[in-house]
Amino acid sequence: MRAYLNGNEAVATAVRLARAEVVAAYPITPQSTIVEKIAEYIADGSMAADYIRVESEHAALAACYGAAVTGTRVFTATSSQGLAYMFEMLHYVSGCRVPLVMAVTNRGLAAPWTIWADHQDAIACRDTGWIQLYVETAQEALDTCLQAYKIAAHPEVLTPVMVCLDGYVLSHTEEIVDVPDQEAVDVFLPPYRPEYAVDPARPIVFGIGAGPELYPAFKHYQHQAMLRAREIIEDVDREFAALFGRSYGGLVDPYYCDGAEVVLVLMGATAGTAREVVDDLRRRGEQVGLLRLRSFRPFPVAALRSVLAGTKVVAVLDRDCSFGYEGVLATEIKAALQGANVPGTPEVAGFTGGLGGSDIRPEDLAGIFRRCLEAVRRRDRGESPAVSGGCSENGKAEGINLWLS
Amino acid sequence: MLKEDELKKGPNLYTPFLGTTTGSWRLLRPVLDRARCNNCLACWLFCPEGCFEREERAVTLNLDFCKGCGICVAECPRQALALVEEGSDDARLLER
Ligand code: SF4
Ligand code: SF4
Repeated sequence: MRAYLNGNEAVATAVRLARAEVVAAYPITPQSTIVEKIAEYIADGSMAADYIRVESEHAALAACYGAAVTGTRVFTATSSQGLAYMFEMLHYVSGCRVPLVMAVTNRGLAAPWTIWADHQDAIACRDTGWIQLYVETAQEALDTCLQAYKIAAHPEVLTPVMVCLDGYVLSHTEEIVDVPDQEAVDVFLPPYRPEYAVDPARPIVFGIGAGPELYPAFKHYQHQAMLRAREIIEDVDREFAALFGRSYGGLVDPYYCDGAEVVLVLMGATAGTAREVVDDLRRRGEQVGLLRLRSFRPFPVAALRSVLAGTKVVAVLDRDCSFGYEGVLATEIKAALQGANVPGTPEVAGFTGGLGGSDIRPEDLAGIFRRCLEAVRRRDRGESPAVSGGCSENGKAEGINLWLS
Repeated sequence: MLKEDELKKGPNLYTPFLGTTTGSWRLLRPVLDRARCNNCLACWLFCPEGCFEREERAVTLNLDFCKGCGICVAECPRQALALVEEGSDDARLLER
């Protein structure tokens, strides 16, 4: 069935189709309409779930954690300050290997206070042990939530997943979404039956205390599971494609990257604008491409290297900033390519923009490509590079809303 | 030590799992004079760590998780429990 849905409604629809049994969340803009929609579904009987009202996001995730360990499929959603408030529980959930799914409607962090989109909230949770998948469209938000339940609960993964969607740009913008049939989703997502569940007949301790002789082993296997998730994310995307006819490339979503001299790497809805810009530049004969990173954690090092290996300049656009250094994605892309240790490693130019809902316009992206193409021309002439990826010289800033880091 | 399979699924283990004990962190140790105990079970009820076992005539004390808080000592109506400094030369550390 085709429906006119915004990103938040698409997420709520996915949660209904996934037959989540317990939902606990605390309202926060721009996430609120996800759980409002779910509350409506429960009230009108179209979703059989318990909705737990809680006093905070910390409590919301704690309630979800408790519900999930009894062997139920669970959902929560948050944004920005709410995600920050959950920080302690994020580690508990991932450390106990509880396969929760949470939508994060991305919004900048105060101060200054803002409700508008950027990725700082989720990026700040990079090392909490959660899988982070960033989506481009409302359709992908719906599909990725369904995929997320399957990825998280895979016996070799057992790791919670954040589905990240840009505030407003996706959460509050309608598009035509193909809503899968319940029967098909039931085939894709059978009822959740975890190996471990709280059962009074067989007492179990979740999150034992572990001394120095045991703690590292648990963390080692948690890390292994996250690395293994790279294959599982791709498998699940393929399985989804076979059933529903839509694929998102699994970990990365390359667009005209074959033979490209300059590739722009970014995450989230900005990819939609970037596709237009790439199309336009390609029509003018410029060898440019786009690489949308879908999985930020686990970080798809091999996939990135194989796509970016032949390029001359890689531009990275971060909607976040590691203050005092540069955009986080830029750092990670540099590290991934450096580790590849192949001659002709492309230069990486990190740009930070779109903070706190500031628009990333086609001309901004065209400007990034233009600057990088100029660097390629200089490099071809044997002149010294180029776009410069250093973190200290800021002399070439595009402007206050978009800067070269 | 736990098996690899158990470690891989996270720190969630069927009870009883007592892989780590905390008794050695204790600075003060409760010592029990079983001859004075009338089995009223006040200590068994109040101990926050579940250190007391119910027995036929008098309680017994397992110190694996005892933190030396002294609650049992304060609650015992028969003065059957006393707190003694760990590592001191108090003879009761050897006796009981
Ligand atoms: S000292 Fe505290 S922890 Fe130890 S047995 Fe007494 S009540 Fe329990
Ligand atoms: S409180 Fe004292 S008398 Fe009562 S059971 Fe415990 S040790 Fe015995």
